[in-house]
Amino acid sequence: MSTPERDWAAFVTDTDDGRAHMDLAVDGITCAACMYEIERGLQKLEGVEKARVNLSSHRLSVDWDQKKTNPSPIVDLLQKLGYKAYPFDPAQVKSRGDVAGKEILRALAVSGFAAMNIMLLSISVWSGNASDIDNETRAFFHWISALIALPTVAYSGRIFFRSAYMAVKTKRLNMDVPITIGVLLATGLSLWQTIQEAKHAYFDSAVMLLFFLLVGRYFDHLMRRKTRAFAENLATLKAESAAKILEDGTTLDVPLSKLTVGDRVLVRAGERISVDGRIAAGSSEVDQSLVTGETLLQFVAKGDLVYAGTMNADGVLEIEVTAAAKGTLLDEVNRLLETAMEGRSRYVHIADRASQLYAPVVHAAALLTLVGWIMLGMAWQPALVIAISVLIITCPCALGLAIPAVQVVASGLFFNERVLLNAGDAIERLAGVDTIVFDKTGTLTLPEASLSKDHGLSPEQLDLAGRLALSSSHPLSQAIARATGAQQILPDAKEVTGKGVEAIVDGTQVKLGSPAFCGVADAKLVQARDRQPDASFVAFQLGEADAHLLPVGQFMREGATETIQKLKDAGFSIEILSGDHAGAVKHAADVLGVDCWKAGLKPQDKINRIEELKAQGKNVLMVGDGLNDAPSLAAANVSISPVSAVHVSQAAADAVFLGDSLAPVMSALTISQKARGLMNQNLALSVIYNLIAVPFAVLGFVTPLVAALAMSGSSIIVTLNAVRLRMIAGTTTQPDQEA
Amino acid sequence: MEVLIYLIPIALVLGGAGLVAFLWSLRSGQYDDMEGPKWRILDDGDLQENTEPVEAAKRKVS
Repeated sequence: MSTPERDWAAFVTDTDDGRAHMDLAVDGITCAACMYEIERGLQKLEGVEKARVNLSSHRLSVDWDQKKTNPSPIVDLLQKLGYKAYPFDPAQVKSRGDVAGKEILRALAVSGFAAMNIMLLSISVWSGNASDIDNETRAFFHWISALIALPTVAYSGRIFFRSAYMAVKTKRLNMDVPITIGVLLATGLSLWQTIQEAKHAYFDSAVMLLFFLLVGRYFDHLMRRKTRAFAENLATLKAESAAKILEDGTTLDVPLSKLTVGDRVLVRAGERISVDGRIAAGSSEVDQSLVTGETLLQFVAKGDLVYAGTMNADGVLEIEVTAAAKGTLLDEVNRLLETAMEGRSRYVHIADRASQLYAPVVHAAALLTLVGWIMLGMAWQPALVIAISVLIITCPCALGLAIPAVQVVASGLFFNERVLLNAGDAIERLAGVDTIVFDKTGTLTLPEASLSKDHGLSPEQLDLAGRLALSSSHPLSQAIARATGAQQILPDAKEVTGKGVEAIVDGTQVKLGSPAFCGVADAKLVQARDRQPDASFVAFQLGEADAHLLPVGQFMREGATETIQKLKDAGFSIEILSGDHAGAVKHAADVLGVDCWKAGLKPQDKINRIEELKAQGKNVLMVGDGLNDAPSLAAANVSISPVSAVHVSQAAADAVFLGDSLAPVMSALTISQKARGLMNQNLALSVIYNLIAVPFAVLGFVTPLVAALAMSGSSIIVTLNAVRLRMIAGTTTQPDQEA
Repeated sequence: MEVLIYLIPIALVLGGAGLVAFLWSLRSGQYDDMEGPKWRILDDGDLQENTEPVEAAKRKVS
């Protein structure tokens, strides 16, 4: 396949020292050897100055001298080495490098440094308090601690202060509000105690709290970054570009972000259409299965609308790019998607729900402690110290780690099962699912057409059909060519446009094409359709003999029947909602053993059904891939898309699964249920910890030493408990993998 | 105990040096790829080509 002329300027950026730079997503990197091979190969190219593969994110960064070379040989070399590579559009990858992650890591480093040094001084004070430390030395140690702690709290605490401020401004409560109050009060109190030359200062608690919470924050961030990086790679490898027709009639491959309404693009036979538009010239049949769920090819000609994600079967099309016009399918999808997204944002995370309960209770307890001690006749100063110590010890340190620690372990397990999470809270929402709604086309079935196994041809005939099919770009022929693994084109094969291919082999004429082209009687065709309603038929004729009908279609994904059976056994209720015609949907439902199915649905109908289920109190998981599924993916409680889905759907889904098998859906549900169990356990542990610690604090027994022990103890316990997920989920998913 | 006046700042400066070293390594991108570098040390691609390991060893011995 030759690479068309491409507009490289759109992908290349200049480095500070005048070299050209490009980032590429590379598919097919499996181990370190691939890394050496790519780097060494590229460095031998004239003009390439630096080539470095990032083995964690499967990305390649290349610098070269613009006077000596251009990007074409680089991409050609990668292709020759066997890697599919596509440059990132710099407009889409806004933040090169991980800005947010580095901010957290810097704050974490500073707080870690401060926590260790302050702890060193604190331990001296604690042991000194028990023996013979004099007041001057203690005050000196406290002042040094203050000197370290104050800048640290100001620097490392910013992340929490900012988020708490945003929450309070919008009149919400999140975890960061009690954290901010706790840290600020602990620091303020300690500073006051230091000035008073008092015995206790809580600088170590304040800084250690920040350290543990930042660890939790970094976990959370790591999980998001890893899955987002891979999602970006996938989007880029789909090569979302189009062949733009320039004024002088030549074409140039440009990224989609460079196209504007009114531009014309050229789509050749067998290519996927990457823009929404109106046909300006040409006619063809298009496969709209990714858009409407309809599996039959549809004829389109000048003036018809076509959508991104559809496959152009057999003609060359010139398409004028349009924005979504009123009343088109795309307009409807966009409108529905917007409404559905609003509904989605109403979900409240477990962590936020916990802190909404938690903050008022804790703050009330502290206030009661203050009032109580004063009423019992204590002076207001020591009473305030005790009240603040209640806030310090209840500061949600373990609570801040409880959820992220489980999430980071779970996302690692998801990754192993080839599921990528788009949303961090998808795990908790997946765990609550009781009803699963599947789309049929492209989700239960494979996204590409393939040849059915009962085709009734001998291996020799099959090979001949495959070689004949190679000469045609029609999707059905390509499916046959793929299925037979044919490599050699028949030398004198000629294509009869819109009908089929024919050739003479050893004096016999062979034909492959539409049933009419090979003279198949209508009755026979009807009979075959009855037997396999989900297939299209390609006829194959050898000489004057009766033609064979080869069923080609989008057949079930690998493991679909087993997965559906397992889901049913696990107690999920299953439905199929499809845009395809009733015959095909009924056939699929019968094969899979699903009783509840609906066919011929529009996007709005799918949403209606999901809303109906939600109104009955069901928790709905939607699994779908088409443009018509995008709104219902957003409307469901949680959603999963296969990696072959259209861009809009993938963006609307909470998770994406890779590969041809349907099994990841089952493992995703199992892992998230286990993870949800551990999250609840961790929250319970944090509550138990508080139930034990608060009475001590209220009674005034909490010294800085007790606070430090309690805090680090509870944080370590919830983290260790989270790691347990690897063991319990690992043991249950292992047998599935082997099966 | 007056020695503490010197020792504590020295300890802090040493710890601070560690912190600065970490922040520098972070800034210079050493944490961008946590997978690749451990394999790079096993890569012999920088050795001269056509140099048989045995000959190289012989030369070392002689």
